[in-house]
Amino acid sequence: MNILTLLEMAAEATPDRIAVGSSTEGITYAQLHGLALVAAGKFRRSEAERVVVCGESSPAVPVAIFGAAAAELPYVPLNYRLPDGELRKLARRCSPGVLIADEPTAPRLAEVPDMALMSYDSLLHPDPATDESPEAGPCDDPDPIAVLLFTSGTTGEPKSAILRHRHLSSYILGTVEFGAAKSDEATLVSVPPYHVAGVASMLSSIWSGRRIVQLASFEPDKWLDTVEQEGITHAMVVPTMLTRIVEALDRRGGEPNLSLRTLSYGGGRMPTAVIRRALELFPITAFVNAYGLTETSSTISLLGPDDHRLAQYSDNPEEQTRLTSAGRPLPGVEVEIRDRDGTASPPGVVGEIHVRGDQISGEYLEKGSLLSSDGWFPTRDNGYIDGAGYLYVLGRNDDVIVRGGENISPGEIEDVLLSDDRVRDAAAFGVPSTEWGECVAAAIVPTGVPPGPAELRELVKARLRTSRVPTHVVFVDELPYNDTGKLVRRHLRTRFADLGDDTD
Amino acid sequence: MVELKPGAKFQSAVCTTQVIIVKGSGEVDLRCGGSPMIATGDSRIDGTPAGPNSDGTLLGKRYGNDDGSVEVLCTKAGEGSLSIADTPLEIVQTKALPASD
Repeated sequence: MNILTLLEMAAEATPDRIAVGSSTEGITYAQLHGLALVAAGKFRRSEAERVVVCGESSPAVPVAIFGAAAAELPYVPLNYRLPDGELRKLARRCSPGVLIADEPTAPRLAEVPDMALMSYDSLLHPDPATDESPEAGPCDDPDPIAVLLFTSGTTGEPKSAILRHRHLSSYILGTVEFGAAKSDEATLVSVPPYHVAGVASMLSSIWSGRRIVQLASFEPDKWLDTVEQEGITHAMVVPTMLTRIVEALDRRGGEPNLSLRTLSYGGGRMPTAVIRRALELFPITAFVNAYGLTETSSTISLLGPDDHRLAQYSDNPEEQTRLTSAGRPLPGVEVEIRDRDGTASPPGVVGEIHVRGDQISGEYLEKGSLLSSDGWFPTRDNGYIDGAGYLYVLGRNDDVIVRGGENISPGEIEDVLLSDDRVRDAAAFGVPSTEWGECVAAAIVPTGVPPGPAELRELVKARLRTSRVPTHVVFVDELPYNDTGKLVRRHLRTRFADLGDDTD
Repeated sequence: MVELKPGAKFQSAVCTTQVIIVKGSGEVDLRCGGSPMIATGDSRIDGTPAGPNSDGTLLGKRYGNDDGSVEVLCTKAGEGSLSIADTPLEIVQTKALPASD
């Protein structure tokens, strides 16, 4: 099924409901559908092969997504925060195409050949004289590429992950009930358009009938003000955003928020102190921790509201630990942990996370499909599943610390460090060691007065094996995150490569 | 009989129901309101859904057979109900999940 069908049906069911924007001035479902069809006509006439979007969130973004779908062209969002050189390089890889850019971005890409430049405004306010609304094409085929997302590329050039219409539509049909949102529901989207969650939130909000409010660039006070002014009921954030929201709420006096119904987060490790404080500050909000990758059409596993509240009030360590879990796989997604030989691991044993399901693409333009013949995708994330079926994600394969032949996942050490209230953020990584090959280092962002390195070592020693105890503890002002909220441990490995063997 | 493939669209011959194929392949005796479904755009025949075939379809619901080999999404509701030959298709429940994105 083409994802345009999602909008087509929503526009037929609730034509006058606001789809994107404020409740007074936003665009209705019928208008969004109409604008998407007009945009599709423009895209077809331009003979573009891709629909590239570069700029901040705007109602023009869903017009471009569904317009591209109606024209059966891939939608390719670019990260406007990249330096000029890198941005141009990616844009050149997308030609011939149309480039839809906001005002600050357009001049930066003016010189890219075979790119027809269009403004956000031309999509939102088409010229009735020249932009006739074409008939919609048949759009029957579920196989064409709906979205191409450049992955952050830990090594080498960024790769383009392929999401076909069938991947995205099976994700939406399998997880979202059509038209189930109440008329007062509104979701606040803070992730940028080039994030897979930015794409997924458009589709799931449209299909459920929930109004979308976009935050052009995240700032915690602006987020809180928008929640209040726009009557926001749902929101999705990355962990670093939640940290800043919690701090801003506490600065404002720590008054609990009672209006937000669902707050979902994902895309990285959440400090225990932050999520615990968030549960207090949003005492009746349903918290959701979602785990997913670009290549899996967003969420594949989630920890639901009940598990969050159980962990908040429980004295049982196992239930408390669930706060660090990615919960259980979605219906329709299978998850298996495998060791290096590819054998399935029993509960509790760490290995690589493999996933299978109709929403899993695992395919790139540059290197084809990485799915096995029976449909499994190796995520290159390490983790384990506990006895009750909860998934724990411990970090990228590439970030595994190999100490004296033993594989250590940074995530398990970080979870312990982050359980200390004096630790605002923490990262564990490997540094070269003559004795062990690699030894464990921990970079800590303290909340206030930093805890002593010896205390942190004791904490790890009490909870994990001795090999996990950091040889080095360094204090930093902030950790390196990329702008989709992922911790980039390799930057720490490079920066602290010379720490050596001696304990500091 | 109609040829099923994902993305293909069909309409009821006897009511307003329209569907899009989500899953399924090959020749299947897909019916709505008791009559074989037809390609969208073909003209309807005379007749009305009756008896066990008149429970109706709901917009946005998925309908599937027992073994999960065929699944269709209702894109326009109608008075007839869906079946493969005489075996009714049942609603595929979307598990109620909290919004994650």
